[in-house]
Amino acid sequence: MSRQNWILITILVLVGLIPLTGSRYYVFLFTDILIFGLFALSLNLLLGYTGLVSFGQAAYFGIGCYTCALLIKKAGIVFGFAFPIAGIFGAAAALVIGFFCVRLTKIYFAMLTLAFSQVVWAIIFKWNALTGGDTGIYGIDFPNFMDSKVKFFYFTLIVVSLSTFILRKIINSPFGRILTTIRENPERTEFIGINVKLFQLLAFIISGFFSAISGALFAVFNHSIFPDFCYWPISAEVLIMTLLGGMYSFFGPMVGAAVLLYLRLEVTSYTQYWPFILGTIMVLLLFFFPGGIVGFIQDQIKRLMPSK
Amino acid sequence: MILQVENLIKSFDGFIAVAGVSFQVEKGEICSIIGPNGAGKTTLFNMITGHLPLDKGRVIFNGIDISRLPAHKICRLGLGRSFQRINIFPRLTVFENIQAAVLTHRGKSLDFFTSVQPLFQEETEEILEKVGLQGHRYEVSGSLAYGFQKQLELGITLACEPEMLLLDEPTAGMSTQETRATIELIGKIVRDKGLTLLFTEHDMSVVFSISERILVLHQGQLIASGDPDEVRTNPDVQKIYMGKK
Repeated sequence: MSRQNWILITILVLVGLIPLTGSRYYVFLFTDILIFGLFALSLNLLLGYTGLVSFGQAAYFGIGCYTCALLIKKAGIVFGFAFPIAGIFGAAAALVIGFFCVRLTKIYFAMLTLAFSQVVWAIIFKWNALTGGDTGIYGIDFPNFMDSKVKFFYFTLIVVSLSTFILRKIINSPFGRILTTIRENPERTEFIGINVKLFQLLAFIISGFFSAISGALFAVFNHSIFPDFCYWPISAEVLIMTLLGGMYSFFGPMVGAAVLLYLRLEVTSYTQYWPFILGTIMVLLLFFFPGGIVGFIQDQIKRLMPSK
Repeated sequence: MILQVENLIKSFDGFIAVAGVSFQVEKGEICSIIGPNGAGKTTLFNMITGHLPLDKGRVIFNGIDISRLPAHKICRLGLGRSFQRINIFPRLTVFENIQAAVLTHRGKSLDFFTSVQPLFQEETEEILEKVGLQGHRYEVSGSLAYGFQKQLELGITLACEPEMLLLDEPTAGMSTQETRATIELIGKIVRDKGLTLLFTEHDMSVVFSISERILVLHQGQLIASGDPDEVRTNPDVQKIYMGKK
């Protein structure tokens, strides 16, 4: 096994040991990080690997939230089934929305993803009978076999690890390689015989699937859901996590999610000026560390060990 | 006959860039298109390869009407092209650039779960060697010297194993020496593999040294066509290139 895989397994085991600290705070924080980490990784399949700036990823997160919650609450579907179904709904929505979005490029693509996500938000907000409108849905309980926060933490860890494993597999596959050529040069990719729009759409669907899975996890984690979860600031937040961690490294977005969520939790306990601090971080990041945290660390390692 | 172009017309906002061009290329022929800047050479290439929609006309490649096909399908039929401006995948390594084209050509692009790293090593190496980049395989392609990037561009095109090559100014921006080496390389590859070549070029000595047939494009129209000697002595061509006599 490669050195990188050993490091990953070590990290996974360490994260798995967190409940042993007995700290509810860390269990809460790391569950949150895992969920948003997966969300950011799914966005980065588009952003960092395919070169598509999606500004409407909250739509699929929200669809995952609501699908999972409604299936459990209203349809009485077993917990275990609600997750894959939520993912499939997210993927289906991404198929329909992506079909239109990949016809546009650059800023027009970003704006259209935003527009569609606002449509999704509006439907959820207004469809009182189904979604509870502004009030949302309350009382999404853990199932009997998973009646504690620690058990749910382990469930999240398994789902996120499995999803991450699959995403990483995809990134390192021939399909993943073609996505990077599309990011680098869509025109040239067309001329090596690739149907660029089809590949972009496939990436969009996969991304929508995993965004919805993370949304489904979040619905159960939070026990209640609101239309806010698919409103545009969520799209912005996951975009910031991705940039903060580094969009050109696979685990960058996960690191970004961890740093952002930890800082937010810490900072908001001292001051109410979190948005101000977040803004400052973003400015510094864009000027001095355009490769994000992981990109910066990689550069330092390369400088210290030039032979590697 | 491998390529048949019939009455192609393209205009941009009223400006007629290509005004009814027809020609044919035989299998195995080395053919060049020359003409002053703005004659419509690149537009013509873009039309043939599906990069630009046609206003009018027809393109037949190997008996198949490709006039309305998207670029990626035309490429898969065996019509490969390179670009005048450098057109590579700059943040990928030289090896990855070529490998992407190889795996697409071998129908592996929709494989989601195999590891890409060990795929088609030999095939990729072979092409790297062919275009003289074997010493640069791990370099990030965007940081290569200009001439090498041009060679890489050619390599990507060859990796799709085309039957016919359309090269748009393969030596643009190169020194005289680089130009000579590149043209020799192209000539060798084309003859070894029995490919058909259609290229545009501004360097007349290159054109006359390698072409079996030359097409002269001027203001969107073909004004002459023939072997190098015929074209050299054609009064219309002389008028364009040497000024009015």
